[in-house]
Amino acid sequence: MQHTPATKRATPFWRDERFLQLLGQALFLIAVFGFAWIIINNMRTGLQKQGMTLGFSFISGIAGFDIAELPIVYSRSSTYLQAYTVGLLNTLIVSGIGIFFSTILGVILGVARLSKNFLINRLAALYLELMRNMSLLVFLIFWYQGLFLKLPKIKEAIIWFDSVYWTNRGIGIPWGIPTASYPTFQLFLLSGIFLALIVFFSLQAYAKRTGRAPLTSLWSALAFTVVAIVGWLVLPLKPLELSIPFANGLNLSGGKIFSPEFMALTSGLVLYTAAFIGEVVRSGILAVSNGQVEAARALGLNRFQTLRLVVFPQALRVIVPPLTSQYLNLTKNSSLAVAIGYPDMFYVSNTIINQSGRAVEMIAVVMLTYLTFSLITSLFMNWYNAKIKLVER
Amino acid sequence: MQNPQTVLPPITERSGILRWLRHNLFNTWSDAILTVIAASLIYWLTKNLLTWAVTTAEWDVVVANLRLFMIGQFPLEQAGRLWVALAFLVFLTGNSLAIWDRKSYIAAFLILGLPVFLIFLPFAPQTRIWLGVMAAAGILGWGLGYTAPQSVKRSVAIGWLIALPVFILLTRGFTPAVADVPNTPITIVPTNLWGGLLLTFLLTVVANIFSFPLGLLLALGRRSELPIIRWFSVGYIELVRGVPLITILFMAQLMLPLFLPNGQDIDRVLRAMVGMTLFSAAYLAENVRGGLQAIPKGQFEAAHALGLSSAKTMYFIILPQALRLIIPILVGQFISMFKDTALVAIVGLFDLLGIARTVLSQPEFIGLHREVYAFVSLFYWGLSYVMSYISQRLETSLGLGTR
Repeated sequence: MQHTPATKRATPFWRDERFLQLLGQALFLIAVFGFAWIIINNMRTGLQKQGMTLGFSFISGIAGFDIAELPIVYSRSSTYLQAYTVGLLNTLIVSGIGIFFSTILGVILGVARLSKNFLINRLAALYLELMRNMSLLVFLIFWYQGLFLKLPKIKEAIIWFDSVYWTNRGIGIPWGIPTASYPTFQLFLLSGIFLALIVFFSLQAYAKRTGRAPLTSLWSALAFTVVAIVGWLVLPLKPLELSIPFANGLNLSGGKIFSPEFMALTSGLVLYTAAFIGEVVRSGILAVSNGQVEAARALGLNRFQTLRLVVFPQALRVIVPPLTSQYLNLTKNSSLAVAIGYPDMFYVSNTIINQSGRAVEMIAVVMLTYLTFSLITSLFMNWYNAKIKLVER
Repeated sequence: MQNPQTVLPPITERSGILRWLRHNLFNTWSDAILTVIAASLIYWLTKNLLTWAVTTAEWDVVVANLRLFMIGQFPLEQAGRLWVALAFLVFLTGNSLAIWDRKSYIAAFLILGLPVFLIFLPFAPQTRIWLGVMAAAGILGWGLGYTAPQSVKRSVAIGWLIALPVFILLTRGFTPAVADVPNTPITIVPTNLWGGLLLTFLLTVVANIFSFPLGLLLALGRRSELPIIRWFSVGYIELVRGVPLITILFMAQLMLPLFLPNGQDIDRVLRAMVGMTLFSAAYLAENVRGGLQAIPKGQFEAAHALGLSSAKTMYFIILPQALRLIIPILVGQFISMFKDTALVAIVGLFDLLGIARTVLSQPEFIGLHREVYAFVSLFYWGLSYVMSYISQRLETSLGLGTR
């Protein structure tokens, strides 16, 4: 019998998967770029009718508006670029302080939520439920207009310990004014940092060598503090002069004055984000199985050592990824300062849009800046996450 | 020989309230100090809050402006059709409760009893009549669903599908207003008069519903093997998730008219809806991606072995499982979007927060920030809490994680 070999017919190209995939992607690209082209064209013609062209040359124009909070030198005759930098720094300040304090408060809340004390447990639970269901913008506006703007006038200011002033024009706390010997003191501080780092790394090497676990962070912080105190005592002219706020007509002077906008925004963000961080911390601690704690105690570790050496490292693994997203949320939520009047990056860019009419460019710049923040924070937290991850075989 | 006697704990420690107090509140010295501090804090807070709320606060501003808070500047004579739309929704809710949550009498009682409870509050007689209509609709709906669940199931599902278009249609109206003829029935109400809770509710629902297909496509695109589609999906998702919502809303408000040919003006509420939809889609895409990742690979392989195409696998096998897994997360997203609609107040729309600012600018109510914002916060908080409670019940009734 003849054995006819089966002829292999090639799949026609219009059914070949590779071709179809390429065709699909090409069509998708054409659709997306076509759509973008139409949109950008419409935008160009619309802007031309208003006599504007897209471009970034406007940023060297004179700003012509004042900004209330100035971390760097700025005046009405500064450029738009400098105005934007001021806004950017304000956002970074609020985000940095916010992240620091909300982490502390969040950890306290998370631990309190797991406390055996009934009152503390329920208070923390009440606070968490309250803040997690609250709308942040509504809370910020309430916090600002209902609390900080309702503080008494300067003449009737609330004064704590004769040094902390609470008024509706700002909150004043005692602050140190640098004197002539401050640069020398800064050298002391720098050497203190070096000493702290030396202590930190040598303690770590000691831990690796002997297997004991000294409190490295506390010892290095102690080293830094000792050097700072030594520097303070040694210098003949004290590097910082205490300045206490006082009522100066309609304003507060002296010390460090925080504007109500800054206080409302930072404290509101901290209170809000701390609730979410508290939940994250609580879930992290709960994720460590009870057997770990029991075994640690059975081995003779006391409560603090168990927490530090057994519970905390394992809880950190669960905590860090959601913590990253909470930090990012805080940075993005700082843009709500525009509703309160704190001149953060978004508020300043809004003013720039109003002054120069360049909506498209400024919005693009603002979005890019926030994206960069998100990327940098994510990168850093991913690095930290990789460092503390479970090393599996 | 005597049996050794067991040593009983002292009388205060055996049972009762003293034992509970000692064990939970005063266990150790540090515990006792914490309890004292916490108790004094609670006392101070409640005392100040209650004295403020009952004596110094002027709640007139809330009572006088209740209509503004609820429906904004929607003309009062046309408000009847809003009540009708609301009654329709309550009817559907009653049906759904009876069909899908039969056992829970408490939830039904609370939800359907709310209009009944509101009738007894001092509202205008017109409002009370409408509240009665809503109460009747709810109870009727529940009765209908309870007695004949299987036969009305289909109609209820269809009802929910058309609920949003019907609501928008009734809110917008379709009869052009005739000059000199007041009270033409169902005239078109321009969107700049929509406001208050009505606008908040509309924005939330529209943003969530319309972001669903887009989010789904983005999630599938992110998992695609075609590089171009994957890059675009990833790019879109990371871009939108990395920027604050307020920038997207501003982009929608300022740039959307520029994108249209000949600078046509589109409705401001529509711009906000587009912005929120685009925002919500990115977060939804990440949630769906999480759900898709939880499906074991065996499902995909089995579907492939059976000869199902990619699209069919997704539609018949994978998505039903994935979406069911992430329902609680989707509800959380809904709640989050609801809280985020407050941001449209910054771009000039008069949702619940925007109306609050308008109310405060009235000359007779200047300076009553605390009362107004406490009321608005309470509303947001209350609705949000109720929705998360519903989400928790949904989780238990779905039985996720138990099988």
